[in-house]
Amino acid sequence: MRHPSGSHSHGTGAAGAGGGRDDAAVVLDGVARRYGRRWALRGVSLRLEPGEVAALVGHNGSGKTTLLRILATTLRPTRGSGSVFGLDLVRDAAAVRGVVGMLGHSPGLYGDLTAGENLVFALRMMGRKATDAVVADALEQVGLAREADGLVRTFSAGMQRRVALARLLLRRPRLALLDEPYASFDADGVERVNAYLAGLKAEGFAAVVATHDLPKASAVVDRVWRIDAGVLTEVEVGAAPVGGGRPRDIVAANVEGRGSG
Amino acid sequence: MSMRTEAGRIAAVAWKDLMTEWRTKANFNAVVFLAVLTLLLFGFALGPDTNALRAAAAGVIWLTILFSGVLAFNRSYQLELEHGALEALLLYPGSHKSLYLGKLLANLAFVLMVELVTVPLAAVLYDLPLLGPLGGLALVLFLGTVGFVALGTFYAAMASRIRAREVLLPLLLFPMLVPVIVAAVEATSALLSGDAMGDAGSWMRLLFVFDVVFVTASVLAFEHVIGE
Repeated sequence: MRHPSGSHSHGTGAAGAGGGRDDAAVVLDGVARRYGRRWALRGVSLRLEPGEVAALVGHNGSGKTTLLRILATTLRPTRGSGSVFGLDLVRDAAAVRGVVGMLGHSPGLYGDLTAGENLVFALRMMGRKATDAVVADALEQVGLAREADGLVRTFSAGMQRRVALARLLLRRPRLALLDEPYASFDADGVERVNAYLAGLKAEGFAAVVATHDLPKASAVVDRVWRIDAGVLTEVEVGAAPVGGGRPRDIVAANVEGRGSG
Repeated sequence: MSMRTEAGRIAAVAWKDLMTEWRTKANFNAVVFLAVLTLLLFGFALGPDTNALRAAAAGVIWLTILFSGVLAFNRSYQLELEHGALEALLLYPGSHKSLYLGKLLANLAFVLMVELVTVPLAAVLYDLPLLGPLGGLALVLFLGTVGFVALGTFYAAMASRIRAREVLLPLLLFPMLVPVIVAAVEATSALLSGDAMGDAGSWMRLLFVFDVVFVTASVLAFEHVIGE
């Protein structure tokens, strides 16, 4: 295990967050967040390069969602600084929202609108033209081509997550933040999430995936960050566990060996 | 982000809120029912004296709009809190001002629709000469409603993440609405009584000033109240 700030070996280091433009996808430097008297994050420093996917693992309440929300600019850090593709998380929050997309723990959809209408709304909020072809293509990619006219409140949890994934596909963010993306998904849904993440990597974009189900993500992750009581450490992905194994098993074994939740 | 894009985002938020309401009609039916009940109860409380009813009518109409509008504002943000939609909404690129303006438009349309039902009903129950001052009355209702909805939409956003928001919203909102309500009631009262002194115009100008101040201040401050 190594501390993520140890990734200074990449070059510019986490301290670049508060300075000039940095070509890293994500840089956090000593980010802390407090809710009342409770510290949810305690001095998190990390760095994620373009083309990388990081898995964020940890117990319930360990600070995973708080970290994602800070990266999404919906929460401000109490202390510390950070940037996404060189944009400061606080000063340039509006611009950061232009490059970040999030698949939240809740789908964030409107139940009394159809799947298609939810995507039309999303496109219009992104300032893009909402055509039937674009919406149909996004729904096709998540396996819901025939459900465009169905009211979202009549969908199962898995189908709602697929609509939320379609919205993320339309967004085409340079940094995707996924909170428990495998929850409610069947095997086909898991494959679609991983195909999406693999596509992001191929395009030089980046993603942070908070999950309790690391084996499902291990096919696409480059880094594993473990967070415990607001303290983040990086798990070495390459270190072989006792008895060897396939790459995805190696990640799982390393994290399980450290009591991940 | 260009003005055209922002206008598109404002229209998208308003469309989404109105379409959701159109599908369910749950809020509209409840709000209209409350408004009708309020008008009837004030009528019973004031007694059968036609002069007393007419004298109180302007105040009763605006209090009815006030009570029913508060329900609408709460519902407007309740939609966003279901299934984490507010967080998704806040994540779209650009400033959050368009969210406020979109909700303002949707709430304005909603409250004006409620008024289309309640004001004619008030005219029947309180024996009001509605047709004579119809143009002026429509203008007063519009100006007063803009000020009311501007503040209501803003304070509902502020209260939206608080557990006791249904109670808190009127406590925050009603004191701030006093200037608008006084001006609106005075203008309405003057128009309904023939406006012999020509007071309605000055009250309407005052309402217009309130509207400009409230909308501008709310747009500027909205980013700070909706963020966290």
